Amino acid sequence: MKVLVPIKRVIDYNVKARVKSDNSDVDLTNVKMAMNPFCEIAIEEAIRLKEAGTATEVVAVTIGTKASQEQLRTALALGADKAIHIETDEKLESLHVAKLLAKIVEQELPELVILGKQSIDSDNNQTGQMLAALTNRGQGTFASKVDIENATVKVTREVDGGLQTVELKLPAIVTTDLRLNEPRYASLPNIMKAKRKPLEVIAADSLGVDLAPRTQLVSVSEPAKRSGGIIVDDVAQLVEKLKTEAKVI
Amino acid sequence: MKTLVIADHDNGILKPETSKTINAAVKLGNSIDVLVVGENINEMATQVASIDGVSKVLVADHSVYAHQLAENTAELVISLAEAYSHIVASATTTGKNFMPRVAALLDVAQISEIIDIVDADTFKRPIYAGNAIATVKSLDSKKVITVRASSFDLQTEQAAVTVSTIDSAIDNQSSSFVSVEQTESERPELTAAEVVISGGRGMQNGENFALLNGIADKLGAAIGASRAAVDAGFVPNDMQVGQTGKIVAPNLYIAVGISGAIQHLAGMKDSKVIVAINKDPDAPIFQVADYGLVADLFEVLPQLETAL
Repeated sequence: MKVLVPIKRVIDYNVKARVKSDNSDVDLTNVKMAMNPFCEIAIEEAIRLKEAGTATEVVAVTIGTKASQEQLRTALALGADKAIHIETDEKLESLHVAKLLAKIVEQELPELVILGKQSIDSDNNQTGQMLAALTNRGQGTFASKVDIENATVKVTREVDGGLQTVELKLPAIVTTDLRLNEPRYASLPNIMKAKRKPLEVIAADSLGVDLAPRTQLVSVSEPAKRSGGIIVDDVAQLVEKLKTEAKVI
Repeated sequence: MKTLVIADHDNGILKPETSKTINAAVKLGNSIDVLVVGENINEMATQVASIDGVSKVLVADHSVYAHQLAENTAELVISLAEAYSHIVASATTTGKNFMPRVAALLDVAQISEIIDIVDADTFKRPIYAGNAIATVKSLDSKKVITVRASSFDLQTEQAAVTVSTIDSAIDNQSSSFVSVEQTESERPELTAAEVVISGGRGMQNGENFALLNGIADKLGAAIGASRAAVDAGFVPNDMQVGQTGKIVAPNLYIAVGISGAIQHLAGMKDSKVIVAINKDPDAPIFQVADYGLVADLFEVLPQLETAL
């Protein structure tokens, strides 16, 4: 079984994003970038399926600038067999990404596509679902457990109120929640080996997808700041303040 | 043009997010139809009919929709989409699951988790874990939108409007429901509670979360948790407040033994009043807390319970 794992290069999750002074966007110059944490979990799951003998090949794909090849090399170092870089300098939306990925699905014919449930920059939580729609496949979103049996995949999903398990016919699309697994670190020998693994580069506009923007980013602003509070001395003072000053209890 | 809102419910209980999402939809200025999808949902349809601003309720009641699987729910919404300029759902796990599928099938972008409406095409939404607010204008003819319910108020009541049945049974070949494991709780639902008390890694283990019960009982509060507490296995994950868990905005949020990582703040920083109890005076949570108490939670929690 072939598994395709789309990944995204994003701001490192430890970095606090700063808004540009002209309010045009978030400032990403000289900011540490990394693989989106949910994508790391997706790669890890695919590698585990390969180690279990379920998957035969793991293909990592990313869409972005030349710099995003760095994250593809990370995926290869973690155990992916080959990588595909769809190169573009445009800032694409989820729908564009899903359409480009659908082309790669058509070309690679993976039985399972594992994506992160959302990227920590745009926080959209859309691409996996859109890809499932465009490829007419079943979807198992927010997965905390993935079991492959014969021609189906059982996905335990994290939903409001608990866990829901669905069974999907393969081929299918799965998106990862944080609790699916604990991603491994790439070892130095594997990082060296990853440099020799195949990395195919495809120009985004060669795939015949209309990449015209569907939304316009009007402005980006800082969220409302909370005014600094006070430190109380003890529980009695806290309760007193909540009753008389804040009037919330 | 008209707006279609898809009601959010769980096991026959209409979620408060539905009313809040209708409150957001009213601001778009169109007449509003609400679609209720599921099985044995007539009672909820009646409740929806009494929410102010609703013009018509559409009910798709069939066993194929029993678990609101994304594959057939999306197809159902598509079959109705032609008449609507805006299609709106709550950004709950259900809405997040089927709405992008709707958007892709309609070949339009989705605007996720809006927190404010500027006009019928322009919306505000948080990005980068709430560290920035983007104002986004949709260029598509149809808008597919999910709403962060905690940013909108509950809608008032009205005299019930017409409920009409949609005769539809879209069967779905690619996925099927297997089972559900509900977390039992007698407390108010986290996203709807007026008061939330949350524990973090500082609680040390799952048993210690019982220290929060008495306080929660006295305040009528829901109990939440940080991702650290969930990942450490102290409590189930549906209690998680944060960017990757639930987004809450109660009147009072009490963070106990929570450091205040970006991921957690993204889920609760719009609370009206924030109280932090932490023994580390440098914990980032104190920068957003209105009232901070630097103390050992094991000492002060019993005191707090007694004082209430």
